[in-house]
Amino acid sequence: MLADFTRGERTTASIILGALLVVGLAMAIVGRNDLIGIHGWVVCAAALAGIVTILRQFDLPEPTPERYSEYYDAPTRLGLILTLAWGVVGMAAGVWVAALLAWPDLTFDVAWLSFGRLRPIHTSGVIFGFGGNALIATSFHVLQRTTRARLPDAISPWFVLLGYNLFCVIAASGYLMGLTQSKEYAEPEWYADIWLVVVWVVYFAIYMRTLARRKESHIYVANWYYMAFILVVAILHIVNNLAVPVSLGSAKSYSLFAGVQDAMTQWWYGHNAVAFFLTAGFLGMMYYYLPKRAGRPIFSYRMSIISFWGITFMYMWAGSHHLHYTALPHWVQTLGMAFSIVLLVPSWASAGNALLTLNGAWHKVRDDAVLRFMALAAIFYGITTFEGSFMAIRAVNSLSHYTDWTIGHVHAGALGWVAMITFGSLYSLVPSMFKRERIYSQRLVEVHFWLALSGTVVYVFAMWNSGVIQGLMWRTYDETGTLSYSFIESLVAMHPYYIARAFGGLLFLLGALTALYNVIMTIRMPARGAALGAEGDLPATPALQAGE
Amino acid sequence: MFGFHYRLERSAIGLVAFIVLVASIGGFIEIAPLFTIDETVEIAEDMRLYTPLELAGRNIYIREGCYACHSQMIRTLRDDVDRYGPYSLAVESSYDHPQLWGSKRTGPDLARMGNKYSDAWHVAHLYNPRDLVPESKMPAYRWLLRDQLRIDDLGGHLAAMRAVGVPYTDEQIAFATQDAYGQANPDSAEASGVMERYGAATNVRLFDGTGPLTDMDALVAYLQMLGTLTDVAHEEQADEVE
Repeated sequence: MLADFTRGERTTASIILGALLVVGLAMAIVGRNDLIGIHGWVVCAAALAGIVTILRQFDLPEPTPERYSEYYDAPTRLGLILTLAWGVVGMAAGVWVAALLAWPDLTFDVAWLSFGRLRPIHTSGVIFGFGGNALIATSFHVLQRTTRARLPDAISPWFVLLGYNLFCVIAASGYLMGLTQSKEYAEPEWYADIWLVVVWVVYFAIYMRTLARRKESHIYVANWYYMAFILVVAILHIVNNLAVPVSLGSAKSYSLFAGVQDAMTQWWYGHNAVAFFLTAGFLGMMYYYLPKRAGRPIFSYRMSIISFWGITFMYMWAGSHHLHYTALPHWVQTLGMAFSIVLLVPSWASAGNALLTLNGAWHKVRDDAVLRFMALAAIFYGITTFEGSFMAIRAVNSLSHYTDWTIGHVHAGALGWVAMITFGSLYSLVPSMFKRERIYSQRLVEVHFWLALSGTVVYVFAMWNSGVIQGLMWRTYDETGTLSYSFIESLVAMHPYYIARAFGGLLFLLGALTALYNVIMTIRMPARGAALGAEGDLPATPALQAGE
Repeated sequence: MFGFHYRLERSAIGLVAFIVLVASIGGFIEIAPLFTIDETVEIAEDMRLYTPLELAGRNIYIREGCYACHSQMIRTLRDDVDRYGPYSLAVESSYDHPQLWGSKRTGPDLARMGNKYSDAWHVAHLYNPRDLVPESKMPAYRWLLRDQLRIDDLGGHLAAMRAVGVPYTDEQIAFATQDAYGQANPDSAEASGVMERYGAATNVRLFDGTGPLTDMDALVAYLQMLGTLTDVAHEEQADEVE
């Protein structure tokens, strides 16, 4: 990492970290009677680790001007490793909380081991840790290749990647201590939210500065999606997290909105976190890596335009389908339902565009597990968006809402679409990023593929079954007009499905561990081509150390 | 249309402006009116505020992630109403910063849980749910009885709530710590002020059965008032039946 920095850049980085250290110290002192103080020390530790790393390597030789003739891939390399690391953490937390639902006494009377505190570690670990790092790492790669321009400077990509991971660490450690705003997928408290805004502004600036220096006149479709992801997530994040803290020395804040307005804002955010974090960003990934791996151009340019603007416009209306039959005014529910149904058009335009791109390359899908990951992702994307539109219909939602069906739907998307496209992209990216001939073991990729697919299928079928059974049991009446089942009877009926779900998740986790092993072994293989020699080694080695 | 796009995708600023514009419309049309249309939130004359102890309990409910498994939103569906009580009205959560409507019922809805069971039932159930409901999937929250409740900063919490629009008075803020203590210690001198400031319907009891304030006191006080801030839902829906 530091081998890419000039002496001036090393000094600048030290000053930024010094400022961070001051902020951390201030948090620790002002918040000494509160949990925010502990996070102050976490920030201090992160800043100090950075400063020590820089000082120890301050006298390394400076990079030659030739560095500007190469793409800047060191942040992407670390980002890929962090993606896998967070993936394993987040998925392991998922398997564990799934087990807690089957066997609740695994809490062992320890507060931070309880379901309510571990669940957001799973959701944030997978969405923000795994998904977010994958998006940052791949966006830096795609942005440079599609603009044929190097990232604008040496420091800011590291600031974004490491700053983002500091946010993830603060979020996850906060949940264990019970720090949460309770808003789903927006749980981190006010100071973590402010930090994420800072990181995000720099991320957006990297995008604009690189685009400004591009050598291609047209901006490629993958970048439209990455830009929509960055911009809209910023809007959603800022509005939904508006809150007044109890004091600067207190982690606790009270959300600016209350009741029905807060519920609508939260699900406008929540549904569009799915749309712009888990869909738009990953569609950007798909539009680059899938055609590249298949060796075929995108099937239709016009279809990609229609689906992009359709998704950008319509998703923002759909959030209210999370609030059917609630105290939210009826007209907002109806609007949300209508737009959710129409959303199927741009969604299937994207899925269809991906699958039609594979026409003429299906033999590659058969032979190459990496491309098969991406093809399967497109199929699951199509299935999940269909299911989502269906569940947004008010009458269907009356059965599915509050049940495990929703959980099944989310995982069809998260496991089948988001994780599959990520693994496919990651496998195709790792060898070239680390300058290796090939992935360590193609067989292990194959093993991972089948573990991932079978895990997803077991999980989703278990949750479909339990959700539909649950929904039906809640609404069944006997001849006398009384409810047939008590709540606890419906819970007892869920038990076998909760075990099956934990098993499906475990298969998926094993797949992720296979990927981690395969990537580590790939990195440990000798570098490609002796000609690259020492100069090729230099940027890679420090990045690896930071990731371990 | 495609010709226009062919030009648009050559301008980074143009794309950014268009994305922000196109993405803002939906949220603006659906959310902004909720703050201005009078019918969005009903008027409840009898609406009372959370006491400091109940607010502390609510924060424990949030801290432990109870909302991940329990909703507080009874839908306008027959089986929801038959199972849980009158459907929830918007006004009932109008002091909820943030709302805790929830998205999943691994456990039952709690919107009308208040005063349905005894304090002793709640304490025993939170201590180990399977002592009372053998098939329960809920974790045992034994640490709630061990951990002392922090009340010295509750005035600041009430002040922050006032900053976001909840009408707490200066007096309520000044006496927040005292009222939290009094509500869980009915025989203490501090107890009398609680009903004066928050209404005669407030529960003033030894929630966890003992004097010293624990997290259990606060959480049970919160659970015992759920659905009791106003009677408007019961009244309105009784009218509908006639």
